[in-house]
Parts: sequence; structure tokens; C-alpha cells
Amino acid sequence: MSEQYQISARQAQLEQMVNDLLNEARQQGASAAEAAVSSDSGLAINVRKGEVETIEHTRDQGLGITVYFGQRKGTASTSDFKPEAIRDTVRAACNIARFTNDDPCSGLADADRMATDIPDLDLYHPWDITPETAIELGKRCESAALELDPRISNTEGASVNSHSGLHVYGNSHGFIGGYPSSRHSLSCSVIGQQNGSMQRDYWYTVSRDAKDLESEFDVGRKAGERTLARLGARKLSTRQAPVIFRADIAGSLLRSLISAISGSSLYRKASFLLDHLGEPIFPAHIQIQEQPRIPGGLGSASFDSEGVATYDKSIIQDGVLQTYLLGSYSARKLGLQSTANAGGVHNLSITPGEQDLDGLLREMGTGLLVTEMMGHGVNMVTGDYSRGAAGFWVEQGEIQFPVEEITIAGNLKQMFSQLLAVGNDEERRSSIRTGSLLIEQMTIAGE
Amino acid sequence: MSDAIQIAHNTLLAPASLSDSDLDRVMDQLLTSQIDAADIYFQASRLESWVLEDGIIRDGNYNIEQGVGVRAISGEKTGFAYTDEIALPSLMEAGRTARAIARAGSQGQTRLSRTTPQRQLYAPLNPLETMTEDEKIGLLRKLDAEARRQDPRVQQVIASLVAAHDVVMVAASDGTLCGDVRPLVRCNVHVIVEADGRREQGSSGGGARESFQFFVDEERALGYAREAVRQALVNLEAEDAPAGGMTVVLGAGWPGILLHEAIGHGLEGDFNRKGTSAFSGRIGEKVAADGCTVVDDGTLPGRRGSLNMDDEGTPSQCTVLIENGRLKGYMQDKHNAHLMGVNSTGNGRRESYAHLPMPRMTNTYMLPGQHDPGEIIASVKQGLYAVNFGGGQVDITSGKFVFSASEAYLIENGKVTRPVRGATLIGSGPEVLTRVSMIGNDLELDAGVGTCGKDGQSVPVGVGQPTLKIDNLTVGGTSA
Repeated sequence: MSEQYQISARQAQLEQMVNDLLNEARQQGASAAEAAVSSDSGLAINVRKGEVETIEHTRDQGLGITVYFGQRKGTASTSDFKPEAIRDTVRAACNIARFTNDDPCSGLADADRMATDIPDLDLYHPWDITPETAIELGKRCESAALELDPRISNTEGASVNSHSGLHVYGNSHGFIGGYPSSRHSLSCSVIGQQNGSMQRDYWYTVSRDAKDLESEFDVGRKAGERTLARLGARKLSTRQAPVIFRADIAGSLLRSLISAISGSSLYRKASFLLDHLGEPIFPAHIQIQEQPRIPGGLGSASFDSEGVATYDKSIIQDGVLQTYLLGSYSARKLGLQSTANAGGVHNLSITPGEQDLDGLLREMGTGLLVTEMMGHGVNMVTGDYSRGAAGFWVEQGEIQFPVEEITIAGNLKQMFSQLLAVGNDEERRSSIRTGSLLIEQMTIAGE
Repeated sequence: MSDAIQIAHNTLLAPASLSDSDLDRVMDQLLTSQIDAADIYFQASRLESWVLEDGIIRDGNYNIEQGVGVRAISGEKTGFAYTDEIALPSLMEAGRTARAIARAGSQGQTRLSRTTPQRQLYAPLNPLETMTEDEKIGLLRKLDAEARRQDPRVQQVIASLVAAHDVVMVAASDGTLCGDVRPLVRCNVHVIVEADGRREQGSSGGGARESFQFFVDEERALGYAREAVRQALVNLEAEDAPAGGMTVVLGAGWPGILLHEAIGHGLEGDFNRKGTSAFSGRIGEKVAADGCTVVDDGTLPGRRGSLNMDDEGTPSQCTVLIENGRLKGYMQDKHNAHLMGVNSTGNGRRESYAHLPMPRMTNTYMLPGQHDPGEIIASVKQGLYAVNFGGGQVDITSGKFVFSASEAYLIENGKVTRPVRGATLIGSGPEVLTRVSMIGNDLELDAGVGTCGKDGQSVPVGVGQPTLKIDNLTVGGTSA
């Protein structure tokens, strides 16, 4: 049987299961319902010191149902796909709905917003890799790091992960859609030692199609180089300085933006960007957009978690906030329309600037290049920001020495308004694409 | 006391018509000559949650999970497979997949013997059934009313109630065959307050391995509502936090997250076997000030982090990590203990049947000292008094850790004065406890809210400590 045939047959099974769930909900008296079923399988291997450490065969499946009795709602989920379990799960959801309250904003997304075309977004490229091949790949990757320098003294190993699966969603508007997808990655993490103190760093590559992965040698070498660069890190004295968030960690600032303009934060008044629609929140040179249907994109989807058709949109244009990110519930709460963002964003990017990271370092002159952040010190209600950091101190545009055990602090609203430049060193391993980001000034706390 | 294994058998094996001798068969299949150890982990769990928001019961969710994970170990190698179908054929298949870690081999022989954990730290009850739905909803409504009654500046109240009923059974090649029934309840209240255009939040909650009655007793849940509002109102007055190294006094209880991050993770057996922790090879060394004794104790009755047995069937215990300032021991699961030539300390935990066990903390806390908390504050001329925290994180290799204060005050001339905005505190695990200069006599454990993440796996944990004075810790405020 061809792979294509198998996956189509499996998709038909899952679609049938969604239909069964919706029928069962109707039979149990629900006035509307929506259901999602997913199933995936994969292989995860870890190699350490040239030997295989773990081989994990993963096989995950789950189904979830939301029922509506008028405007009362209940949800239930299970990993058990047996017919009686499906009935029990629907019953559990219906039971919940007996006790929740009428909520004028609850319900399915509007029928006229359902995706009508579900294009092939090129998300499914299964990788026919055996554990033996994966182990050899991991070994080569790790040894590329270990052979780099005698200061690489220890290792957490290299990992190869390959997963593929199916996701199907349907609701009682008659919408049903599904698609297969795959995701493969290779990562390596090694430890360096110098003068009795240790540092660890890593590198990874991820893609929908294994042939787009970086080579194992590059992954290992970069892991090693990044670890070596951190050796000899010291603290800084407390000061104010400009800060560059290197591209590989800069996405977290955009995640904070996404959270702040998401419907659930807004209707709860739990966002520092409440009432900022149409207001400038970044400098005029900043453009941020969502492109949900990029072929092969790590965040691509043609419909959101309510079946609403996704579409390209500008989020920040010339620094001004163009839209919130809404599902149907938060949209109704706010008196707006869904933006097809139930369940999150699909491929967000900030338009790159002209300069590479070296150019940004020169523009900054003297300041901090942040390459790692720790902890969760972000208050979304106030925008107050304070996180642990490690990176490099920069003077006259040149890296001087690695730094650690410091914090960087500010307020996100102010940081966004002080985003001086975006690098062209775009991080592409994430559904959030950004270059390095230069912020005019933050407080660095150290000794 | 023997209820747990019986309930586990009835819940997990009986519906699939699996007998103990079937388990023997699967185990025998797993044990080839190159397999040193193997285990089978059965789990069935039910999770129910209710959310109140904007004054109405907006959402409820019910989750049913079950499955079985099979692990085979050969030297330092581990093979793992799982299935969500509890039935002999899928179990045998998972076994074949897992043992492929080692090839060839001869017939193994195991006879599993049912063992029962010595202790019953929590009743084998199903917490979901300990209140009617109307009572659960009534409780959430009371929390909403209680929070709003505290102050007219309360704008938004989100209250949630969660119960989990987890039935597990472990069969292992060392003959272990035991089960545990683990109830867990959790309640949380989150509020947003607003005054003069400024908004702030406050959050409070608790939980235990108990019935829902836990929240009614001592008006605990009402206390969470009052506490969430109190915190939010304090934050309305907060000024910019200071930046830089200073004396920090940590309150008793939940600030014990310090120990979890700074010390706990670095003392987990896997990192130390591999030599990747900043604490590796340092047993017997002085890593904390005199008087500092830190334990990981899974045997506290009813606590969120407690377990009758860990996920490998080993009874949980109280493990001394640091004794009077000296590094005493690591936390171990069976695999790492075996490779390091020591015994498991009952810290082998896993998020579910679909995850591999590894050394994890249970309830980690520091024993009390001599000082009155008031005396500790009075000894500080200029510093920070931090009493509530959000999450934390550690890089076990460099030893650097952070934890983020959500309620803190300045100490000026021996007195707690003005509240300051939340700030992250950063330090070095092997150094921070050497700077402890006063230990309070007021040991408290947290209210039962901790969740620890490691390698993508979440497990419930507890922390605690007495009031602690740390002579120099970096505070990540904005006011330089």
C-alpha cells in the first residue's frame, strides 16, 4: 500500500470519528457541537557519548468534543478511541453543559466564516528513518561537537525526532477538514569546561521535510561553538544600556506581543495593550504580519481551531496596531469579528531590516547582546518585564566577553516603542520569524 | 491500606481481562539476556475542571486518559514504547518494540509479587465525586462573590476548580507489583483590579491530595479569594523595583521555590551520573551556610508533592540533600541509582504512561532555624523583602537560576516600607545558600500549587522554607 493511500485511508477514519462524535452529540440532545481528533506517531532517539541512550516510539492520539445546549457549553476529551469511550466522552461533555451557565458569547464560529477550500500546504513529508539510521545520524552530530575543541568536556548528547500525524476538525455547521503533517528535528547539546566552571549550549534544526534539515555536522559544530563562546562568562555591574535580542531568542518578544493582543487577554482586561487598536505601539519602520498559508511553514494551517478560514493579515503596519487576534468567543465579547486566530497565530513575521547581526552590533556600539533568557518574569497586565539573561558585552560594535547571572528589565510597552532596528538574520526554525532586535535601553542588574 | 492495589487491579487490568500471569508473560518476553531491567506502567486518569469568569460558570472540561508504557533497560540504554490500549496484544507489541534496544538473548524469568506501600499518605478516593456538580459550582460562585466583596476596585475574577483521579500500577523485573490511587485537587483565584487607569493582578490558590472538602475546611478557598485581592491591591501601590545586588529576605513558604531551582534540580541523579550538574561530584562539600538543612520529602500526608510510591513502585522517602551546610545526597530513580551504585530514593517520577520516568523532586524544603522573622527584618538596613513568587528556572550546568517575585517590598532601616513591582531574582545555585546569614523559626510549606517541568514533563511538587536572609542576591528591577 502506498504511503499516500494509507494516510488518506487513515484520514477518512478520523473524519468518520469526528462525524460519529457530532452525531452522538446530536443524539444526546446538543444543539450544536464541534470535535477534533488527532493521531500521530514517531520516533525519538538520544545518543550520548557515542552510544544510544534512549529509543522512544511515540504514538499519541486524542479526541475532544465541545457540545452546546443553546448557549451552555461543555467539553471533554480522551485518548481512548473505542466506540464506548467516544459515547462516554460525549456524555461527559453533555453532563458538564448541564451545569455551565448561559453565555451569550458562546457557540460555534459563524457558519459563513468556515474554510471552503483546504489547499495542500505541503506540510506532510514522512521520514522513513529506522532507529539504526537515526542513531548513526545522532552519533555523527554529537561527535562533530565533541571533536571541535578539548574544552568540550561533556555532553548531553544528540537527539533525532521524527513525528507525523493527522488532525481533523469538524462542527455541526457541516464543516469538516483535516490534513496530515510532519515535523522532524535534530539537536545537540554539549558542555564545555574552563577554569572549573561549566557552560552548556545547544543547536537544533527543524523542518516539515527531512531534506530541509541542516546537516548533522553543522548542528554539532554550532552546538560546540556556541558552548565555547560562553566559557569564561562573568557578571556585569548594574547599568542602563541598549540591548540586542539575538534572532534565536527574539521570538519571545513577539510572543509577548501576540499574548497582549489576543482576545482572551483583552476581554479579561489582562493586557498592557488594552484599547490600543489603531495606535502606534512600535516605531514607524516596523511591519509585522501573519501569513497562515505558507507552503511547508512550521505554523501553517488553512483553518483555525474553529474551522474559520485563515487569511493573510497585517498586524503592525508602520508601527500601528492593525488588528487584535481573535477567536469567535473573544470576538463576540469585544463586539468584533473573529480573525481566524482561535488556537493562536499561524506564521507571524517581522519584516527584516537591512543589517545583519554584525551591523546591528555596530549600530548599538556599546551594550548587551542577549543570547539566552531565563524565567517567566513578564507581567502581561502591566507589561513589566524582568528576566534572567546571558549573552555578550559589546563595545564599539565588537563582542568583548560572555556575561551571565544578570537580569534585563523594562516595560514591554516601552521596549516595543524603542525597537530601533530589526536584523536580516531571520530565525526560520519557528512559526514566529524574526531577525535580531535592537532595543534602545533597558536596565541590566548584576553585581 | 490494601485498597490501592486492588483498585488499581480493578481499574486497569480487570476491564482488559489481564491477569497477573499475563503480566509475567509480558515481562518474560521483555527480559532477554541483554536486558537488565524492565517495567510496565499502567495508568488510568480522570481530570475535571470548572472555570468561572465574568460571574458565570463559563467552561467545564472532563478528560479521560489511559494507557500503558513499557520500558526495557540495557546498561545505559533505554527502550520505550507505549500504547493507549490496555490489552494483551498491544502490550506484547509495545514490549517487543521497547526491548529492541538490545538484540537477541535468551528467556528471562520473573515472578511478580504484589507489594503494598507501607504508608497511606492519602486516601484512595476519587476526588471528582467528593462534591456534587452543584456544590462545585456553588463554591466557585462564593469565591467570585468573596473576591468582589473585598474591594470595589476588583474588575475581573477568574476562579477555577480542578480535580484529578489517577490510578497507576507498576510491574517491574525486580518483582515489584504495586499500585497507587492518587487524588489531587486544586483551586485558584485570579483577579484584576483597576484604579485611576492603572491595572494590576493578583493570584492565589492551593491544593492537596484530598477531597474537595479541603477547600471548605478552614475556609481555605475563601482565603484564596481574599489573598488574590490583597496582592493585587498591594501591587496597585507598587513602585519600580531596585536593580542590583542587595540583601534579600525571602518570606516563609512558597519562596522555597528558591531551593527547588537553586539546589533541587542540580541534585537530581541523572545530571550527576552524567556529570552535567554544577553539583556533580561535590558530595560532602560545603555548599550552604551552617544551619542550612534541605530535604526532599515525599512522605508528608496529603501534600501535593507526596506519593505513597513513586512511578517505579519505590516507596517515597525523606531524603536529606544538604545537612548543616554540607551536600549529603542526590535524588535517584532506579535506573540512575543502579548506574551510580546506590539505592533509589523514591524519586522516579513520570508525567504519564507516555513518558519515561526520571529523578524528580517531591516536596523540597529547608528545616527551620532559630530566628524570629521580625528579628530578621530588623537586621536589614537596606534590602528587599520578597514574599510571593511566580515561576523559576535553572541552568543546572552553569548553576545559574532565576525566580520571579510577584509581591515584594523594600526594607529600609529594619522596617518593611513600600511595595515594589515584580522582579526576577538571579543567582548561582552552589553559591546562594552560602550567603544565608539568618534562618527563621517559621517553616511553612506552600499552599499546594507547585508544578515542576523537566524535559517537557510536568509533575506536581511542593516547596517550603522558613524566612531566610540572603546577604547578596541580584534583584532585577528597573530602578538602577
